[in-house]
Amino acid sequence: MIVTLSLVILTPIVMCICLSVKSSLLFESLPVGKIFFTSAWEPSKGNFGFLPFILSSIFITFLAVLIAGPVCLFSALYLTQYARVRLVRIMQPVIDILAGIPSVVYGVWGIIVIVPFVSNVVAPLFHIQTTGYTLIAGGIVLAVMITPFILNILIEILRTIPSELSEATLSLGATKWEVIKHVIVRKAKPGIVSAFGLGVSRAFGETIAVLMVAGNVAKIPGGLFDPVYPLPALIANNYGEMMSIPLYDSALMMAALILFVSILVFNFFSRISIYHLERNL
Amino acid sequence: MKNSKYRKNEEKIFIMLMQASCGIILLIMGLILLTILRKGIPAFSWEILTSVPKGGFYFGGEGGILNAIIGSIYLAMGATFIALIISLPTALFLNVHLRKYRKLQNAIRLFIDILWGIPSVVYGSFAFTIMIYFGLRASLIAGILTVAVFIAPIMIRSMDETLKTVPLILYEAATSLGSTKFEISYKVFFKQCIPGMVTAILLSFGRAIGDAASVLFTTGFTDNIPKSLTQPAATLPLSIFFQLTSPIPEVRERAYAAALILTIIILLISITGRGISLRYMNNQIK
Repeated sequence: MIVTLSLVILTPIVMCICLSVKSSLLFESLPVGKIFFTSAWEPSKGNFGFLPFILSSIFITFLAVLIAGPVCLFSALYLTQYARVRLVRIMQPVIDILAGIPSVVYGVWGIIVIVPFVSNVVAPLFHIQTTGYTLIAGGIVLAVMITPFILNILIEILRTIPSELSEATLSLGATKWEVIKHVIVRKAKPGIVSAFGLGVSRAFGETIAVLMVAGNVAKIPGGLFDPVYPLPALIANNYGEMMSIPLYDSALMMAALILFVSILVFNFFSRISIYHLERNL
Repeated sequence: MKNSKYRKNEEKIFIMLMQASCGIILLIMGLILLTILRKGIPAFSWEILTSVPKGGFYFGGEGGILNAIIGSIYLAMGATFIALIISLPTALFLNVHLRKYRKLQNAIRLFIDILWGIPSVVYGSFAFTIMIYFGLRASLIAGILTVAVFIAPIMIRSMDETLKTVPLILYEAATSLGSTKFEISYKVFFKQCIPGMVTAILLSFGRAIGDAASVLFTTGFTDNIPKSLTQPAATLPLSIFFQLTSPIPEVRERAYAAALILTIIILLISITGRGISLRYMNNQIK
């Protein structure tokens, strides 16, 4: 038992060391500023500028959370405060099923529905011509993917808020919405932020679905209708040729390390604050 | 109060917003299933389900995706099995032996929760580096191990969640009868939580069968059904992915059928898990 436990704990540490060692080769041959703050991605010439990929990842993640956040918050509030038991009974399996659908199926759905929708309906509204494989398509698909995940955590957090508080406020003559606004949301604020934080890390690392709909052009995206090329897609698309060009493998491991560390940091702070919230109640 | 009308209206507007949000989620869920069904059913045929790709399959030739279905099932079963060997003792140890060490318990839970979020592509690329270091080629066993490591935190935490609900009295009663901690773990805690355990295993199985990014590097792709652990294997998500990116319409059609098959597998797993946890919920000692 102790062996399996230490195995579980040691694996990520080994992983981190292994990825760092691999990617340190890149640092030896290129200055740090050049790696993170230039956008020249020419592996065959030895130029590895991560800026477009990092920015793509940040934009697409931000967009996804921006779309999914309010929907999740409102639904979670409704399901925990207003909804009848019957609706909750319907929604719970729906959320579970949505959470269980593999990302490649979301990708298929994105290509069938969202990409044509963006190219035929949304883009013409702004008089833009695109293929549909854009930042906004990726953002929408990602938003749908992280919705069940955020929603589950939000519902869990909102359920931990003691009902005495809201009952006291109700007895003072507040409407139910005012209770939500002034008591529940305020009390659950750290939890809500953390739920979004966990959503961010989920969206940040999502690979296949994004790879399928985001367009994958290594340029800094200029707007919602530009294709993007996030870090996970970069890794997944290029692993085949990474052994043939010097330093290419370290560059891809570097991308994996960036993902690993940033998600670790995000998860760490979100989880810590959820733990504190749950312990204080 | 002069603004009571305003307050009522504010509430009404927000209730509408909240209902709309729930509606959107239901709608999207319906839309996804409907799209997969509508595109998948016309493309579906027994040939797809029961034969391996024949010559020119990826140019619209004959054949099916049996290789990917079998590959995925092998992979997911192997990975779930190995993850179970790691997870069950860990989860029991965490809940029985570490019962008195609250701080340590919480630290480990936090650690595993953080691990849960690491994307599969990172596991995949890590495994790929190791494979290159040792000069190994993509194989079923490499995929199984990678996916096992990737789903282990998920399995541990969901087992942990059910084990947490075991009442203290059971532990105390077992201890007073002179049971060792090992006996308490496997004879009391495990038995008490079997439905939850099965749900945890099914959840992890679903994860394992649906994940593409970690097997992309490690398991490879092949048109044959793997005969040994050292051969590469095809998986359903990758099969969908490769066929969907093809410019030929017939091949893309088959990707829709494959997506339908994968979705049905996932739905079946989800429904089974739900059924089991509902059915056996009442048999537990409370």
